[in-house]
Amino acid sequence: MSPTLTFAAESGEAAVVTAGWLLRNAWIFPAIPFCSFLITLFFGKRLPQRGSPVGVAALALTFVLGLAAAGQWISYSNRSEDAAHAETEHALVGASAGTGESAAATAAEDDRGATTEEEDGEVHTQVGEAADEEEHASVAPVESTRTWWQSGGIHFEVGTLVDGLAIMMIFVVSLVSLLVHIYSTDYVHGDIRYTHYFAFLSLFTASMLGLIVSQGIVQFITCWELVGLCSFALIGHWWEEQANSDAALKAFLTNRVGDMGLLIGMIVLFFTAGDGRTFSIVSINQAVVSGTVSHTAMTVAALCLLAAVMSKSGQFFLHTWLPDAMAGPTPVSALIHAATMVVAGVYMVARLYPVFWDGLSIAGSSFNMMVLVGAVTTLVGGSLAFVQRDIKRVLAYSTVSQLGYMVMALGCGAWTAAVFHLFTHAFFKACLFLGSGSVSHACNHSFDMKKDMGGLRKRMPITHATFLIGTLALAGFPLFAGFWSKDEILAGTGGFNLAEGANGSYHVFLVIGLLTAGMTAAYMTRCYWLTFLGEWRGGHDHDTGHDTGHQPAMAVGAAVATGHDAHAAGGHDAHGHGEPHESGPRITGPLVVLATLTFLATFANIPEKFSFIPEGWRLRFEHYVEPRGDYFPTISHAEFAPAVAALSLAMAAIFSGVAIIYYRKVRAQGAYATELAHGPTTRNALAAAGYRVLENKFYLDWLYQGVIVAFIKGPLARGIDRFNQVVLDGIVDGAGINSRKAGDLLYRYVDQAVVDGAVNASGLGASETGGMLRRFQTGRIQQYAALMFGAAALLAGVLVIAVQ
Amino acid sequence: MWLNQFLLVGAALFCIGVYGVLARRNGVMVLMSIELILNAVNINLIAFGAFNGTIAGQVFALFVIAVAAAEVGVGLAIVLAIYRNRSTIDLETANLMKG
Amino acid sequence: MNDFDDWVLTLIIFVPLLGAAVMMFIPKAEEELHKWVALFSSVVVAALGVYLLFNFDYDDTQRLQFTASHSWIDVIKSRYEVGIDGIALPLLLLTMLVVPLVIIYSWNHFPEPQNPKAFLILILLLDVGMLGTFCAQDLILFFVFFELVLLPMYFMIGVWGGEKRQYASIKFFLFTLFGSALMIVSFLALFFLTGAETFSMTGMAGLVKTSNIAIGTQVLVFGGMFMGFGIKVPIFPFHTWLPDAHTQAPTQGSVLLAAVLLKLGTYGFIRIALPILPEAAVKWAPWIGLLAVIGIIYGALGCLAQTDMKRLIAFSSVAHMGYVMLGIATLTNFGINAAVFGMVAHGLITGMLFFVAGSVKERFHTLEIKRLGGLLVSAPRMGWILGFATMASLGLPGLAGFWGEFPAILAAYNPAPELSETLFRVYMIVAALGTVFAAGYLLWLFQRTAFGTPKEEFAHDPVHDVELPEWLAWIPMLLLIFVLGVMPGIIFRMTDGAATSLAAAFGG
Repeated sequence: MSPTLTFAAESGEAAVVTAGWLLRNAWIFPAIPFCSFLITLFFGKRLPQRGSPVGVAALALTFVLGLAAAGQWISYSNRSEDAAHAETEHALVGASAGTGESAAATAAEDDRGATTEEEDGEVHTQVGEAADEEEHASVAPVESTRTWWQSGGIHFEVGTLVDGLAIMMIFVVSLVSLLVHIYSTDYVHGDIRYTHYFAFLSLFTASMLGLIVSQGIVQFITCWELVGLCSFALIGHWWEEQANSDAALKAFLTNRVGDMGLLIGMIVLFFTAGDGRTFSIVSINQAVVSGTVSHTAMTVAALCLLAAVMSKSGQFFLHTWLPDAMAGPTPVSALIHAATMVVAGVYMVARLYPVFWDGLSIAGSSFNMMVLVGAVTTLVGGSLAFVQRDIKRVLAYSTVSQLGYMVMALGCGAWTAAVFHLFTHAFFKACLFLGSGSVSHACNHSFDMKKDMGGLRKRMPITHATFLIGTLALAGFPLFAGFWSKDEILAGTGGFNLAEGANGSYHVFLVIGLLTAGMTAAYMTRCYWLTFLGEWRGGHDHDTGHDTGHQPAMAVGAAVATGHDAHAAGGHDAHGHGEPHESGPRITGPLVVLATLTFLATFANIPEKFSFIPEGWRLRFEHYVEPRGDYFPTISHAEFAPAVAALSLAMAAIFSGVAIIYYRKVRAQGAYATELAHGPTTRNALAAAGYRVLENKFYLDWLYQGVIVAFIKGPLARGIDRFNQVVLDGIVDGAGINSRKAGDLLYRYVDQAVVDGAVNASGLGASETGGMLRRFQTGRIQQYAALMFGAAALLAGVLVIAVQ
Repeated sequence: MWLNQFLLVGAALFCIGVYGVLARRNGVMVLMSIELILNAVNINLIAFGAFNGTIAGQVFALFVIAVAAAEVGVGLAIVLAIYRNRSTIDLETANLMKG
Repeated sequence: MNDFDDWVLTLIIFVPLLGAAVMMFIPKAEEELHKWVALFSSVVVAALGVYLLFNFDYDDTQRLQFTASHSWIDVIKSRYEVGIDGIALPLLLLTMLVVPLVIIYSWNHFPEPQNPKAFLILILLLDVGMLGTFCAQDLILFFVFFELVLLPMYFMIGVWGGEKRQYASIKFFLFTLFGSALMIVSFLALFFLTGAETFSMTGMAGLVKTSNIAIGTQVLVFGGMFMGFGIKVPIFPFHTWLPDAHTQAPTQGSVLLAAVLLKLGTYGFIRIALPILPEAAVKWAPWIGLLAVIGIIYGALGCLAQTDMKRLIAFSSVAHMGYVMLGIATLTNFGINAAVFGMVAHGLITGMLFFVAGSVKERFHTLEIKRLGGLLVSAPRMGWILGFATMASLGLPGLAGFWGEFPAILAAYNPAPELSETLFRVYMIVAALGTVFAAGYLLWLFQRTAFGTPKEEFAHDPVHDVELPEWLAWIPMLLLIFVLGVMPGIIFRMTDGAATSLAAAFGG
C-alpha cells in the first residue's frame, strides 16, 4: 500500500488542499447533541427548566458550527477548484500521466490503512476540456476514519464523510432542530415527560447528524435505526393512550419491513461494489462509477434499498405509518416526520446515487421502479390529503406526496433538483407543521379543521402570515422556494423535450408531476381556507349534519388527535377554553425564521438562464452541494424551462382557483359551513365511491392490519404455537409417555413375570424340594443308616460295573 | 485261596452288623452292631495287608480299633443321656430330628 | 508466561467448588454468611477473569493460552487439559460476569422454598460446570463438565421452580441427557476410529485429517455431536424443553440458562464439531442453516402466540440462537465471529429480560401479558430498563444485539466456498425477515406490558421500583449491552484470530 500512496502523494503535489478542521472532525456534529441527550436524560430533571436549555444550547452550538463548516466547505471547494485549475495547466504538459496518477491515487485511497485518521483531503483532478474545467473539477469528499472492528484482516471503519450534500443536510437538520427545540419549550411546556421529550429530541438530532456524516454503510444503518427508534419514542410520547402506542409500533414495524431491504441491499453492496472488503460509501460509489461492478447486482441492491426508502420516506405502499405518526407532539412531526427523518430515505438515495443510477439505468430511459414508486406516492399522498379533516394529517399526506416528488426526481436523474426540493421542503413543511401546532395550541389542542378552526386569520396574524407563506411555497407559487425546486424537478423529468439537458425522457412523469402540483395547490387551499378563513367554529357546535356520513375515516384521525389533547391539555389550562389568540414568541419566532428561509431559499439555486444575475450567484446550490468527482455519476442538469414553469404555475392556479370557487359556494351556505350540502359525493355514485376509497386510505391499513398482521399474529402464530404444543411437544411428551408405558409393560411382563418369576421360581423350587426331601428326614437313625447302606451298595454296584 | 475265607468271614460279620444296625431297636445293640461292622472291616484290612505282605493293613486296623473305642465311648454316653431323659433307649422313639 | 498462568484456569474452575465446599460446613441458618461466601467465591473468579482479560495475548488468539495438562484418568486415556483461545475467552468472561450478578440479585429474591444455602451451592456447582466446559480441551473432560451442569439446573428447576416444575425439570434433564448420550458415543467413535492416544481436542482434529475416515462415517459422527450440542442450543425441532424449563425455572435459573447454558451447545459446535470434522461440517452446514432459519421464523411466530411474558422471552431465545447457528453454518470467519458475538449479546440481553421478568413477577405475582400494563407508570425505571433490553433484543444497531445478527446475515450472503450460495442467500432473506418479526413480538410485548396504564387489579397497589440489589445486578449488564454495541471490537478482537483460523479450514 505504502508505495502507491507515496506515488500518489508525489503526483498530487500541487493539488493537496487541506480541508478545514470542522470538515475533518465532523464527528463533533453528532457528538454535541448526543452529549446533550445524556445530560438531559440523566440529570435533566435536576437542571433548571427541567433540562430543556441544555438541548437548546447544544443545538445552537451545533447550528453555529454547522454554519462554520459550510463556510469551510465553500472555501475548501473553491481552493480545490483553483488547485485543479492550476493542475490542469500543469497537466497540459503531461496530460496522460496526470490521469493515470489520479487513478492510482484513487486506488490508494481504497486501500486505506488500518487506523489512520486520514487528514489528506487529497484532490484528484480529471483533465477535461479547458472550457468545462470548472464544471468537472472534482472536489474530493473529506473523509476521516478509524477502525471500528475487524474480521479476518478486513477493517471496518467508522468515520465521517463530509461533502456538499452532508454540509447542506447538517445545515437543515441543525437549523430545524434548533427551531423545534425552541418552539417545544413553549409547546410542550408542563408536560409530564418534558425532560424525556427533550432528551429524545437531542438523541434524534444526534442520530440524524450521525446518519448524514456516515462514512460507511454499517454506520449508516446504525444511525438509520436510531432515528427510527427516536421516532418510535416520540410518536409514542403520550403512550398512556393505546392509539398513540399503536401508531408508534406501526411506524417502527413498517420501517423494519423496509430495513430488511436496507440490510440486504447494503450486504449486496458490500460484497459486490465493496468487494467484500469495505463498507465505505465513497469506495462503493467509486467502484460503481468506474463500471467494474455487475449491473445485475446493482439492480438487486437498488431495488432492495428502494424498499428501505419506501418505508423510511413514506413511499407508497409502505407510507401508511407516516400519517399515523402524527400522534406524536406537533414539533416532533415538524422535525422528524416532515423535515428531516423522513427524508433520510431520499438522502440515502442521494448518497448512494451511483448504485441507483447504474442499477436502475436511469440515464436515457423513460421508466424505472424508483420513478414509478415516487410518482404513485405523490399521487396517492396528494389525493388522500383532500379528505382529511385533521390539519396535521393533511400536512402528513402532503409530506408523503412531496417525498414522492423527491423520489420521482431522483428516479428521473434530477439529483440536484431532488436534493434542492429536500432543502426547500424542509423549511416550508416545518413552517407549516409548526404553524399547525400554533393553531392547535390556540384551539384547545384540537387538530380538527372542520370542528375547531376557521377564521383564525385575524386572531393569529403571525401564524397566519407564516402559514400562508408556507402554503404558497408548497403550492408552488413563484417567489417562494417551493416553486423553484418543484420546477427543477419537472424540468428534470425531461418530458416532451420541454427542458434541455435532462437525463431521460420521462414523459408520463412530467404529467403526473404537473397533476400533483395542481392537487397540492388545491388541497392546501382547502386547508388554508378551513383553518384561517371564515368564522371561528370552535366555540360552537356547528358540526354540520352531512359530516356524519364520513365519520368512520375521521374517527381514526380524531382518536389520535384527542390522544394528544388528553395529555397536552394538562399543562395548558391557562390558554385553553378561551377564544383563540396568537401564540407566544417562542412559537412564533421559529415560524418567522422558517417563513423567511422559505423565501430566501429561492436564491439558493437561481437558474443559469437568468443571465441578469451575476454568475457567482447562479446555481450556487448545484455548485456546492452536488458531489463532483469519481464517486458520483456524470449527470446532466436540465435547464430552466419557461414552458414547464408556466404549465406548473397554470396547474396550481387552476386547481386552487377551483378550490376557491368551491369554498366560496360553501361560504354562501353559511358562516360555519365546511362543505357543500349537496356536493358531488352526494349526487354522484362514482364520486361517492371514490371518496369512500380515499377516506379508507385505499384500504391499505385494512390490508396490513386486518389481513397481514392479523394473519401472522392470529392463525399463523397460533398455528405455530399449536404445532409446537401439539406436534413437537407431543412428540417429546409422547416419547416420554410411551417410554413410561413401555417401561410399565416391561416391568409388568418382563421384569415381574420373567425375571422376578425366575427368581421366585428358584426360591419356590428350593422350598418345594425341601418340603419333598423333608419326608426323608424322619429323624429315625436307622432309616438314615438304611439309606446310607443302600446308597453305598448302589455305589459299590456302580463302581463294580464301571470298573469292568 | 485263603484270602477268600477271611473275606467271607468279614462279609458275614459285616452283614450281621448291618442287620443289627438296621433291625435292632435297642441303642446299645446298635452300637455293638457298629462294632461288628468295624471289626469286619478290620478283618478285611489285616487280611489284605497280610496278603500283600505289608504292615499297612495292621496299622489301619489299629487306628480303626482306637477310633471304634472312642466312638463307643461317645455312643454309650449318648445312649446314657437318652436313657436319662426318656427312660428308654428305644431308637424308634428318638426321632426329635424329624424334619 | 509465568507459573501463575499455568494454573490460573484450574483455579478459576475450582474456586467455586471450594466455595461450595466451605458452605457445606456452615450451618443452614447462617444465611448472610452463605450469601457472602458465595458472592466472594464468584467475585474471586471474576477477578481472575480480569487477570485473563489483561494477560491474554490478543495478537495470537487462535493459540490456546493459559494451558495446563496433567494426567487424569489414565485407564481411559483421558487427561486433564485446559486452555482458552479467543472463542472461549468471551464466553468464559460472560460466565464470570453473570454468576456474581445472579448471586447479587438473589440477595433478597430467593424463590420459594427459600433455603439459600442449597440454592447458592447449586449456583456455585453450576458455575464449576460452565467454567470447566469453556476451559476443557479434552473431550472426556469437556463431557464431564458439560454433564455436570445438568444436575444443579435440574434441582434448581425441580425444587425452586413454578407449578409445573417437575415436568419441566425432568423434560430438561432427559432431553439434554439424550443428546449427551449420542455425543459421547461420537467422542468414543472418534477415539477408536482415529486410534488416538488421548482425547485431546486439538490432537483429534489433526488425527481425523490423517486417518482417512470414510466421509459417511464422519457425517454420522458429526450427527451424534449435532444431537448433543443441538439439543442444548436448542435448534428447532429440539427446542421444546426450553420454554418449559425457562417458564418454570426460578429467575436465577432462567438467567443462567439463557445467559450461559444455551451457549454450551453453540460453543460445542465451534470448539469441537467444526474443527474436528470439517468435511462432515460442510455436509451438515446446509441442514444446520435450514434448521437455524426455521428456528428464527418459528421462534418469532411462537412468540407472537404466547400469553406469558417469560415464555415469550424463552421463545425469542429460539429465534436468537437461530442467528448464532446460521452464523456457524456459513463456516466463514464473519459467521463465526458473529456467532460468538451473538452468544455473548444474547446472554446479556436475554439474561436481562429474564431478570426484569422475574422482578415483574415478584411485584405483580403474574406474568400473564394480558394482566400487565403500564409498567412505565407503576415502576418507570423498570419500564425503561425493559424498553432498553427490548430494543437491544430486537437488534437495534448501537446495542449489542445488532452485532450478533447483522454479521450473521452478512455472512450468509457469501458462505464458505463449498456451500451453495443460492441456498444461503435464501437463508439470508429469511433471516432478515426474522428481524421484522423480532421487532414485532418484542415491541408488542413492550407495548402491552409497559405502555398504557396499569390494569384495574393493580391500579391501587403501590409497586416498588428497582431496588438496590437489582440495580447492582443489572447495571453491569446494561452498560455492557451498550458498550459492546458501540465498540463491538472488544469482542471481535478476541474472536477474530481464532475464527479466521477456524474458517480457513473451509476456505472461507
